[in-house]
Amino acid sequence: MIFESFGAFMHMGGHGQFVWCAYGIATLVIAYNVIQPILMRRKVIALNKQRIAREGKL
Amino acid sequence: MWGWFHRLGSPKSFYEISGFLLPAMFALAGVLLVTGTVWALGFVPQDYQQGHSVRIMYIHVPAAILAQSGYMMMAAAGAVFLIWRIKLADIALQCAAPIGATLTFLALVTGAIWGKPTWGTLWVWDARLTSTLILFFLYVGVIALRSAMDGRESAGRATAMLAVVGLINLPIIKYSVDWWFTLHQPSSFSLTEKPSMPIEMWLPLLVMVLGFYLFFFSVWAVRIRTEILNREYGTQWVQSL
Amino acid sequence: MNILLATIRRDLLLHFRQPADILNPLVFFLIVISLFPLGIGPSEAVLSSIAAGVIWVAVLLATLLSIDVMLKGDFDDGTLEQIALGKQSLLVVVFGKVISQWLVSGFLMALMSPLFAMMFYVNTEGMIAIAVGLLLGTPTMTLIGSIGAALTLGLKKGGVLIAILVLPLYIPVLILGTAMVESAVFGHSYTGHALWLAALLVLSIGFAPLATQMSIRISLSQ
Repeated sequence: MIFESFGAFMHMGGHGQFVWCAYGIATLVIAYNVIQPILMRRKVIALNKQRIAREGKL
Repeated sequence: MWGWFHRLGSPKSFYEISGFLLPAMFALAGVLLVTGTVWALGFVPQDYQQGHSVRIMYIHVPAAILAQSGYMMMAAAGAVFLIWRIKLADIALQCAAPIGATLTFLALVTGAIWGKPTWGTLWVWDARLTSTLILFFLYVGVIALRSAMDGRESAGRATAMLAVVGLINLPIIKYSVDWWFTLHQPSSFSLTEKPSMPIEMWLPLLVMVLGFYLFFFSVWAVRIRTEILNREYGTQWVQSL
Repeated sequence: MNILLATIRRDLLLHFRQPADILNPLVFFLIVISLFPLGIGPSEAVLSSIAAGVIWVAVLLATLLSIDVMLKGDFDDGTLEQIALGKQSLLVVVFGKVISQWLVSGFLMALMSPLFAMMFYVNTEGMIAIAVGLLLGTPTMTLIGSIGAALTLGLKKGGVLIAILVLPLYIPVLILGTAMVESAVFGHSYTGHALWLAALLVLSIGFAPLATQMSIRISLSQ
């Protein structure tokens, strides 16, 4: 670790806001890319169950 | 080799093989990304010119690399679909576009944030940022065409055509933008273009780039699997899942 | 060769019977260009420095407007399908259509451009460079645009979509064309730029009609 204290780690010599902002947005984008496909997968599986149930009734 | 290629090309075997590999891929991607992030945030020495803001590079550069190679992989899938009509390639193209677009967006935003402490403004018409912006437009075009044609049988081939045309144009666009940049702003320095980066700076970058690649592939595979379930629901193997 | 000439002749005839389709993009071109001095102010220094960019962007947009109708008429009344099913090569027909389309859009705008360049206080060198650049650049734009037009055939909201698909692909032509004017205005040689534009033209003559032909077949196949 090259920072002496947690405060210095957050501050990063005045550039903290930029660095943390960039990493925050990166986290959001990565989270979106993980969560969206999982939700989509659940939706498709539910849809397929419906489709099968509907066809079973016919 | 050919037979193996064809077997992987069938949605069913792709589904099985990817299901087997996915947990390991996700785990490795996570390990690489976390290691890279901790390394980049806490252990990389600060740059003598840019100070601590150089840490943004460890997101910006991998995102920009994935934005580009993501488009190439997407267009390659398009070419495969146009030539051999392999269904899986169409699905792959459709699933790569949103991931690539979000990563291009990430590269643009982090580039802008990085620009603030470095250049003093959020946006500079820097060669790399400008061609990333154009790449973003290309992704948007592919997604827009796809959604406008939704439900049409020809949607896949039309999108594939557009992606391939974009791929042919990509190097021309890139070179012309680079040339335009040197024409108008010869003196300003570009981000990350250092003559030589010391090993303690590029090693974490390598970790991050690998992590982003693995992440791209794992998320891509999840999307492809979902789309396979959606399209092939009528087949027996999907119904028996 | 006969098919090519016949297609050009037929399309030109159709254009002249429907002059609004040709004239509207040209009027649009004229209006867009006149808006800039109104929006920015009549200062000679400012106008002459943005002239090349404004004229090129206006041409770009007007080309897009006109490209939208290039294949639509023939697609709607089934002519395109007949041609695609027929014996003659669709590639040649596409090429003929692009040429006739260019003659009534890009070519005319290139001829008109020195006039606008003059209104923007560009010197004689620059006027010539704009006209030459547009003569070399507009056919490339029509060729690339025809791919977009073919891909969006039969879509209701084709117009805006074509712009999104095609405009990013126009960027190299735009960069080269405006840089050419800039170097001409300052009295430098612009042969290099012209050669690059010509190279892009040759490249798009080679690839674009092929892509357009394939895209037409894709659009017809549903």
